[in-house]
Amino acid sequence: MVIGVGNEYRRDDGFGPTVVARLTELGLGDPESGVTVRATDGEPTRLIDLWTGADLAVVVDAVRDGHDHGGHRYELVLGELTDLPDERSSSSHGISLGSTVELGQALGRLPHRLVVLAVGGHEFGFGAGLTPEVAAAVEPVVARVRDLVG
Amino acid sequence: MTHRSDRILDVRALARVEGEGAMHVRVRGDSVEDVRLDIYEPPRFFEAFLRGRRYTEPPDITARICGICPVAYQMSACAAIEDACGVPVDGPIADLRRLLYCGEWIESHTLHIYLLHAPDFLGYPSALELAKDRRGIVERGLALKKAGNEIMELIGGRAIHPINVRLGGFYRAPVKEDLAALGRTLRVALDQALDTVQWVAGFDFPDFHHDHELLALVAPGTYAIERGDVATTGGPTFPPRQFEDHVIEEQVPHSTALHARLAGRGRYLVGPAARYTLNRQWLSPLARQAADAAGLGDECRNPYRSILVRAVEVVYAVDEALRLIEEYEPPDRPALEVPPRAGVGFGATEAPRGALFHRYGVDADGLITSARIVPPTSQNQASIEDDLRRFVGARLDLDDKRLTAQCEQAIRNYDPCISCSTHFLDLTVDRE
Repeated sequence: MVIGVGNEYRRDDGFGPTVVARLTELGLGDPESGVTVRATDGEPTRLIDLWTGADLAVVVDAVRDGHDHGGHRYELVLGELTDLPDERSSSSHGISLGSTVELGQALGRLPHRLVVLAVGGHEFGFGAGLTPEVAAAVEPVVARVRDLVG
Repeated sequence: MTHRSDRILDVRALARVEGEGAMHVRVRGDSVEDVRLDIYEPPRFFEAFLRGRRYTEPPDITARICGICPVAYQMSACAAIEDACGVPVDGPIADLRRLLYCGEWIESHTLHIYLLHAPDFLGYPSALELAKDRRGIVERGLALKKAGNEIMELIGGRAIHPINVRLGGFYRAPVKEDLAALGRTLRVALDQALDTVQWVAGFDFPDFHHDHELLALVAPGTYAIERGDVATTGGPTFPPRQFEDHVIEEQVPHSTALHARLAGRGRYLVGPAARYTLNRQWLSPLARQAADAAGLGDECRNPYRSILVRAVEVVYAVDEALRLIEEYEPPDRPALEVPPRAGVGFGATEAPRGALFHRYGVDADGLITSARIVPPTSQNQASIEDDLRRFVGARLDLDDKRLTAQCEQAIRNYDPCISCSTHFLDLTVDRE
């Protein structure tokens, strides 16, 4: 299960959906690929519903990492996620990815393996299109997703 | 506690509100001088973004304004453009739209009740602690919400930003067999929804009463969702086409959201409590029984009890979805043709958070010449501020931390959707 989180009308928050669109172009998500690919807005119960029961869930998201420009890449696994600061991308909900993982844990609704591929975003205002540094991270993250799902 | 006559309170995040914003309170001595709720409104961006686009695009583009209520934006956009083009949509296609909208109400209300609002009443800092302590309760909420998701996925093509919606109707209409499994899911969900009302009815509701005017759509014979005229508790009922004659929007310095008021009358509230007060008689018998058993009277004017109304509306939405599925006959065509025509069109539907108005100008080539979107939260802003002014004034003896927590809870009563350009709600209380 590959889940791209974000909103393509919030500049760099469109990173997750952009990666998902690229993976779909490359055939990941086709029935014969054995992989499900979804874009979502990060609302916690939707994430939990999507990853429940998956052997491996790869979540792709843009985050605010405090750097003065975007494009830094991060790879986090389950144990590292609940220590995330209580904020994330600019999506319209009040529960962070870290808290969503904790909620999934409390409900026994986590995938067997969870990997988050995040990129630091720079611009989360209204508008379409990624900033150049974040756009440059799309192909490397696409490649890493394909490595992970085999 | 130490009572200080002047103080400043600054809170860096309002959790569990759909979106972001800021609140500022100024206290001088024992009186509240000023309360300002800042909301950063995405619709203003989208209004500009839409000008010059094809008239077929607003339903898909405006669906991105809010991940929680994309159907509301799609349906108001479709209604407005179909109005401009002179193509009324009714019959089975309108019923399918109503069914899709029921899915959104179930999803949005259930999310708010279980994950955002109930923790306040039960003394938990968040849904996480509630889930750790009372896992079965939260699981019930997730299962109920999932029933809404299933409607969205079947009718809308997917749960977020549904892709099956188009001007004139849908790209594909389901066959009867598609809906049979959904019916089975919804029959289970109906019990979960009734249990939710019973659960919420046991909460302790702070005593608070407002006398704001209430505004909601009305469609005699049914509980208004995807269509209706605009009714208020203190004035005339008028069609959506006259909305701009009756509602004035004004820029206020502290917010990118416009403040709305009724012409010649003043602030008002939209949302579940307004809908219930103006439409209670049109609830299904089952939903009305649930409301009565929960102790909701003829009207709801205590914002804390809005959670009860949401729970009753979930019962109604599940019940109504079951009725629509039972009576469903596929339309001859999934969509009517909507050829472009120069004109101005108006659309209004009831988003989970209240009436959502769209107005579009379209030229003869089918390009959007103007767009106006009036979302529920900005209509409520002045009334929310007024309530908070009274609310804070009665609680000045609380220390900053507790006052902040209670203000946050009070704001959550209105389920504001304040998606905006920053990620935090900054709550600042100045005590001078």
